[in-house]
Amino acid sequence: RLAEAANAGPVGGVERDASVRGDSPSASTHTPPRARAPRLSPGALPRAPGSTPCDQRPGILAPRPPSAPGAAPRAPHPRSGRSLLGAPPRPPARAGSRARRRRRRSGRRARPPAAARRTPVAVAACGAAHGPAAGLASPRAPAPRPPPRARAHAPLLFCQLTAPPPRPAAPAADQGSWCLCQLNGAADLEVSEADIISTVEFNHTGELLATGDKGGRVVIFQREPESKNAPHSQGEYDVYSTFQSHEPEFDYLKSLEIEEKINKIKWLPQQNAAHSLLSTNDKTIKLWKITERDKRPEGYNLKDEEGKLKDLSTVTSLQVPVLKPMDLMVEVSPRRIFANGHTYHINSISVNSDCETYMSADDLRINLWHLAITDRSFNIVDIKPANMEDLTEVITASEFHPHHCNLFVYSSSKGSLRLCDMRAAALCDKHSKLFEEPEDPSNRSFFSEIISSVSDVKFSHSGRYMLTRDYLTVKVWDLNMEARPIETYQVHDYLRSKLCSLYENDCIFDKFECAWNGSDSVIMTGAYNNFFRMFDRNTKRDVTLEASRESSKPRAVLKPRRVCVGGKRRRDDISVDSLDFTKKILHTAWHPAENIIAIAATNNLYIFQDKVNSEMH
Amino acid sequence: MFTRGLKRKCVGHEEDMEGALAGLKTVSSYSLQRQSLLDMSLVKLQLCHMLVEPNLCRSVLIANTVRQIQEEMTQDGTWRSVTPQEAGRAPLDRLVSTEILCRSAWEQEGARPAPGLGDGHVQGPVSDLCPVTSAQAPRHPQSGIWELDSPREDRGGFHKSLDQIFETLETKNPGCMEELFSDVDSPYYDLDTVLTGMVGGARPGPCEGLEGLAPATPGPSSSCKSDLGELDHVVEILVET
Repeated sequence: RLAEAANAGPVGGVERDASVRGDSPSASTHTPPRARAPRLSPGALPRAPGSTPCDQRPGILAPRPPSAPGAAPRAPHPRSGRSLLGAPPRPPARAGSRARRRRRRSGRRARPPAAARRTPVAVAACGAAHGPAAGLASPRAPAPRPPPRARAHAPLLFCQLTAPPPRPAAPAADQGSWCLCQLNGAADLEVSEADIISTVEFNHTGELLATGDKGGRVVIFQREPESKNAPHSQGEYDVYSTFQSHEPEFDYLKSLEIEEKINKIKWLPQQNAAHSLLSTNDKTIKLWKITERDKRPEGYNLKDEEGKLKDLSTVTSLQVPVLKPMDLMVEVSPRRIFANGHTYHINSISVNSDCETYMSADDLRINLWHLAITDRSFNIVDIKPANMEDLTEVITASEFHPHHCNLFVYSSSKGSLRLCDMRAAALCDKHSKLFEEPEDPSNRSFFSEIISSVSDVKFSHSGRYMLTRDYLTVKVWDLNMEARPIETYQVHDYLRSKLCSLYENDCIFDKFECAWNGSDSVIMTGAYNNFFRMFDRNTKRDVTLEASRESSKPRAVLKPRRVCVGGKRRRDDISVDSLDFTKKILHTAWHPAENIIAIAATNNLYIFQDKVNSEMH
Repeated sequence: MFTRGLKRKCVGHEEDMEGALAGLKTVSSYSLQRQSLLDMSLVKLQLCHMLVEPNLCRSVLIANTVRQIQEEMTQDGTWRSVTPQEAGRAPLDRLVSTEILCRSAWEQEGARPAPGLGDGHVQGPVSDLCPVTSAQAPRHPQSGIWELDSPREDRGGFHKSLDQIFETLETKNPGCMEELFSDVDSPYYDLDTVLTGMVGGARPGPCEGLEGLAPATPGPSSSCKSDLGELDHVVEILVET
């Protein structure tokens, strides 16, 4: 079945030209205005009132108050001459406002000469690439990075709590020795709703980490390469780029607002020098391209430095423009906007292993898109009943198989998983395999169905297993066995007796995510009270850790936490009734190759690292 | 929302089980809990954010819970139809009152013991159940839906599955259940009527709650089965909305 999306472009939202620069009075370099024409949909709707331009919300870019030991007083932002937090409101930011690469403070050495920088081959293509995403074909030579600078007195512009390498403690090997690598985000008790992180995702190499928040903003962190010269810089994640991905829209037909909250971000496998990611809110998926520019052409014949046309009478000789190095700029631009494909709210997207297609799933349908085509998509799953009143089950998550480009799985609110093969039929309503565990009659209650609803499904890296998260457990399924999962881990079984209260306060509908580590030996998921849990599949040991400022000292290994349910109570245990259900860890991500995890706790982003067991087993 | 240190206890677990009276108490407390759960679910179903489209998954899960409860109540035989006198609809502009959650009208009616109660059937409900307001008129059961079909079945009949309820709803008010899971085709401005049409106060049974979705429901006796009447009604709804 072919479902043609309207070719009208985005409903409501305006696709902004992300390459337009924000004002930066002290900018020393200037690129001629890009000739890229913004695609405005006819009848573009104004932005809904109340939305905050991304620059006005520090969010996880906010500097911490200088109470942290060793932090020098906040230095003004190099670009604007003003402290980020104290900056007067800027004019509304365009989507994709360029963010300069994070700078270190005084004491920084000048950038090495051009010879040591990356080869300029790619840059020319970058400026001319308007058409189809041909991308930069030339491979990048690995760039020698500038030597690290002294960090001891670096004022904290962006909130960074950097930890010196921990003492090699002797932890329980199976519990790992996780310690806080860095913490981004404001410490205020009053959390602006727009700053709540709604998704976290590492890219395929782990070099980049993207976060999306409820305000529609995406922040990308890049890992600094470790250097032996300065053990302080231990591969921490610095802000690489930040841009406004989605704006709130208003659907006039339904009189409803379409939230700008980023539901999911998925990275595309990197095929050239640029990075690309898909970000989606409830209705619209956008493909963003992130490129670097560190050279600019100088010496045009017809245009002067500011880009204005020269008076031809002043041109006396011809010159060949040369490429001069410039401060590194990270540019983000929306390459594709996949709109009007979904009637219901998109809950997941997944890039296919063929790197050409991807799928997006809403509550009742799954669409298959081609990355280069925005005006049509194929509907591959449709579980909408003829009579809406017969509706008893919705799609909750979906994912493509990591290796087989014809296989995908989707989970439902009734706790079942369906593996579909796209070769079988154009419309994959009939599943190839149905994974369902029979209900345990002894645990039956009115809430049985709700707690069996699968909130997240993830294939293992090997492609052999699937990981599902329902309200109280995580389960590992073998693709070859449909009858029941091969492993079940209790995340917070102590909540089983509290289900009615959790139903009353809606917590029972919280959707937790789950994650595999790179070697598929450990699985991780979040819980309440800012706890998150890890289960080692080999040793069958599990650990509960907490992501909070108080319990994450820079040097210390995270102490395992315990929730006591009556019975013997140890000193640091927390009783079930004292759990804070407003502090929930819904979004977690694990580095694809190393023991580094990113935990989103409301508006704060924690990055933990297990330095002792840095290799995965 | 939970605050730190706030203890919530399951009411059922706290009861002392002593004697036959205690047994009855358990039973009625189970019914109580179940009823309060039902009421809570209906409130959740209908109080949705006006600004943003409600979460479909959540709505479906709550509706399924309501369905389960109603099925169980049907099996228990505690699902009764309303008598004609009770059929007078409460004014449509009455808002939901929180007394719904504190109701325990079944006690007054002398609830029949529900068979086969397990311990863990219904988890600890809202612990601060208000004391019974005996002033509440005891029987307003599942008025709306049932009465719509009462001409067809005997008044005492109450063995209806939720499907039939919804079906009935649909024939009467085609847009009714649809409003709950409407797609882009049916506009959402019916929600206005949902919110204002919520019948509060005296004991809205589940159907009554669902009934609230339809703005102008004719009286029970006028639930004529004639096609013409239905068509008129349909048109009336469409035109009104």
